[in-house]
Amino acid sequence: MSVAVREAPIVKPDAPAAVNDFAINVATANGSGSQTSNGVLLRALFKMGIPINGKNLFPSNIQGLPTWYIIRLSKDGFLARREMTDIQICMNGRTVAEDMERAAPGGIVIYDDSLPVANRRKDVTYYGMPVKDLVKEAKLPHALRDYVANMVYVGVLAELLGIEPEEIEAALLHHFEGKEKAAGLNMEMVERAIGWASAHVGQHHGYRVERITGFNEGKILVDGNTAAALGALAGGLSLASWYPITPSSSMAESVEKYASTLRTDPDTGKATVAVIQAEDELAAIGMVVGAGWTGARAMTCTSGPGISLMSEFAGLAYFAEVPAVIWDIQRMGPSTGLPTRTSQGDILAAYYLGHGDTRHVVLFPANPAECFDFGRIAFDLAEELQTLVFVLSDLDLGMNAHISEPFAYSDAPFKRGKVLSAEDLEERQGSWGRYMDVDGDGIAYRTLPGTRHNMAAYFTRGTGHNEYGYYSERPEDWEQNLERLKRKFETARQLVPRPVLDEVEGAQVGIISLGSNHNGVEEARARLEATGLATNYLRLRALPIDESVRDFIERNRIVFVIEANSDGQLHNILTTEEPAQALKLVSMAKCDGLPLSARYIVGEVEKAVEEALI
Amino acid sequence: MSTRTRTRTEAAARRAARPAKTNRIGLEKTAYRGRPSTLCKGCGHDSISQRIVNAAWEMGLDQTQVVKLSGIGCSSKTPAYYLGWSHGFNSLHGRMPSVATGAIIANASLEVIGVSGDGDTASIGIGQFKHAVRRNLPLIYIVENNGVYGLTKGQFSATADEGQFLKYQGVNDLPPLDICMEALTANATFVARSFAGDPKQLEALLKAAFNHRGIAVLDIVSPCVTFNNHDTSTKSYGFGRANEIKLHDLNFVPEFEEIEIEDYEDELEVELHDGGSIILKKIDPDHDPTDRTAAYNVIQQSLDEQKLITGLLYINEGEPTLTELLNLTDTPLTHLPDEKLRPSREALEGVMATLA
Repeated sequence: MSVAVREAPIVKPDAPAAVNDFAINVATANGSGSQTSNGVLLRALFKMGIPINGKNLFPSNIQGLPTWYIIRLSKDGFLARREMTDIQICMNGRTVAEDMERAAPGGIVIYDDSLPVANRRKDVTYYGMPVKDLVKEAKLPHALRDYVANMVYVGVLAELLGIEPEEIEAALLHHFEGKEKAAGLNMEMVERAIGWASAHVGQHHGYRVERITGFNEGKILVDGNTAAALGALAGGLSLASWYPITPSSSMAESVEKYASTLRTDPDTGKATVAVIQAEDELAAIGMVVGAGWTGARAMTCTSGPGISLMSEFAGLAYFAEVPAVIWDIQRMGPSTGLPTRTSQGDILAAYYLGHGDTRHVVLFPANPAECFDFGRIAFDLAEELQTLVFVLSDLDLGMNAHISEPFAYSDAPFKRGKVLSAEDLEERQGSWGRYMDVDGDGIAYRTLPGTRHNMAAYFTRGTGHNEYGYYSERPEDWEQNLERLKRKFETARQLVPRPVLDEVEGAQVGIISLGSNHNGVEEARARLEATGLATNYLRLRALPIDESVRDFIERNRIVFVIEANSDGQLHNILTTEEPAQALKLVSMAKCDGLPLSARYIVGEVEKAVEEALI
Repeated sequence: MSTRTRTRTEAAARRAARPAKTNRIGLEKTAYRGRPSTLCKGCGHDSISQRIVNAAWEMGLDQTQVVKLSGIGCSSKTPAYYLGWSHGFNSLHGRMPSVATGAIIANASLEVIGVSGDGDTASIGIGQFKHAVRRNLPLIYIVENNGVYGLTKGQFSATADEGQFLKYQGVNDLPPLDICMEALTANATFVARSFAGDPKQLEALLKAAFNHRGIAVLDIVSPCVTFNNHDTSTKSYGFGRANEIKLHDLNFVPEFEEIEIEDYEDELEVELHDGGSIILKKIDPDHDPTDRTAAYNVIQQSLDEQKLITGLLYINEGEPTLTELLNLTDTPLTHLPDEKLRPSREALEGVMATLA
């Protein structure tokens, strides 16, 4: 067996260690089982009470292409991606040279010692792991060897940093859903690696993890897609129809996974929810529209290319006024783009999807707990407003694990909107028109197919119609109908989730952002405040905007609109809807496929200070 | 399903089914009408609408429990013209099947009629058509097939005959798609072909379709009097009248009508899911509609010989429908109260515990 060479440690044994405050980048090959190792590491750290986040940067590939997993530990509780790498794990020969360059000065590189090491830097510490030898010694079934090889770095990190082996074992059992044999095989590999590291490497003095309290208690570790699926199931979902597309597939698969546990009728043992894998996205949204029209809560989940295909149905749902919900887990476009990288590039497309004059309600969840809540709220809004509601998540929020508040159970009655029953019709003999604005809020009354009354029926169409749903090409009918739809959109402004405001006394610089940028924004604000620049923050949770957005802009001298796309799409909408204040709005749009970092935001704000914008 | 030969007189069956002024739920036929048609005078589609009105009235259907869906095109306008007490949805071009799928899952107790055309089904909607068939969606899928695009003024559809001539398009040099063949290949459980100008057969097939448990595909040749009603087209009145070959004389006996049995040779009775039965008096003694291979052969024969072979080509009452496969509650999902549409607090907490 080869022995690791420990070279030129930079950190002196008596220097203060970075405790619970550094970033690990794990470079592996896709399909090599590293997802298990990385997930186990993240969970073990989470259970030790340490604020962490994990970002999976994976290729559009099944096996072989390089994958990186970045785990950040933050004693201060910052949960955004960090750009700096302190500890670099190298398991992939194809990228080892560039991976080794990534470690920050003073950092460490842990590598599979069978990989070639071209240039050794003087400013980092190298540890070579005898992965092949350790795997061979473990005498594992041949087929499993490749999959457990990644457990070697889990063990080495455990010893080096002080991750509790009991938590690794518990995380393995959790990962394998209690299957002790599978967990045991992996744990054996971890223990061998710990043993080797203990004999040849020892604990590192520069980077340490320590169990802490005060942050993770009572929290859960979950990805946004799972949260959204649970929220939909708890929110009355009756039909989920979908077509596979990264990064939304795991949301539909989670619905499928939890449907039997959560939505089997205890009295009959039968299902109260249906999941259909459709032939394409057009059929997926078509089924949602059919079910919504009939009176069921239906949802599809997709990503950019999917909403392009759903465009015609989006217009129909808007104009024929059919409740429908689309979850768009955004990825990088245009076109196939970067299918496994995150983005917020569908804001404009979702808001205006459809030909002619269409605008839709769009929700922006920022964390898993909000994904859960919006699972129900999206249905409430769709049925109250009788329209299509988008929920825009993204790959970072949807597929990466996040520390979250546990989901709040709600037994509040579902808001089913204005639906006339047979008894209602009996009372209103002669006075019902499907598209008649009785209450002045733009929302008309509807009936559901199957209502046992001979006045219940109406004809739904995407063509021009009058207040009774009859075909009409009369200019007045067309105009009146669109005017009513505008009135309905004004009602929507008051019904959608309000922005979340965090304002600091005396601050005059504002930030408007949305969705998964939240963690980066919060960290950037803390760092800016430490340098004497306090900021106000409005986290937008929905379109259309309400008056609180206008008031917020008014209260600030300048407002940065921060989003993860190239064109500044939210900035575009805000300047259109608040033209009088457009000059105050400065676009800060970043589009590189990675979750936003605080460093980027701080840098941009400081640049603006230099340019005397502030 | 069960099939057996049974003897009876046609006259007796007719007597039993003879319409009165009001039907069994006390309604006159006018109650089954819709809005006035805006299609061209003489359009085959209007004849089909009338057959739907007749069949629904004679069967005493409760229109409030019926839903009419369509795509886009002349045919897809027709749901406005019949069953005025039924909810209708004129959806998107080629996308009626997906809307129907959603509606049926939402409320599986509804009787759903989907109306489409040859462009709507065989061109833009061929994918959704075949997948609805593959899922055995409990849907009556009517294709009003005239081989031409009407609303856009006379373009060839995918069912147009090879070598056919149209005024603005010239000669069609591509072979047609055959709706029945496509349905059969996608594992349809009820495939029939009929002719808009054959009211008796069409009504019997419609009634049988209402009683079939899965998807019932009816390819109905329905001449376009404006763009495609000339004798060189297999979708014209002239061709249909001259070349229609019926596989059998059809009669449908609903469950609530007494069946009188008398001597009659060569009949096949197919019992349908909802208790009714369709009686086929064979003209071609070789065709057994429960035999898939035979159905393929009949369709191929009609293509080879350029004959309009009509009747019930294939039926299979044994396959589960989509809603059966989904194992949904007997109560339609739309009728479930809130507490049935969400997990219990304990069930959600159980899931939470696995994420902590």
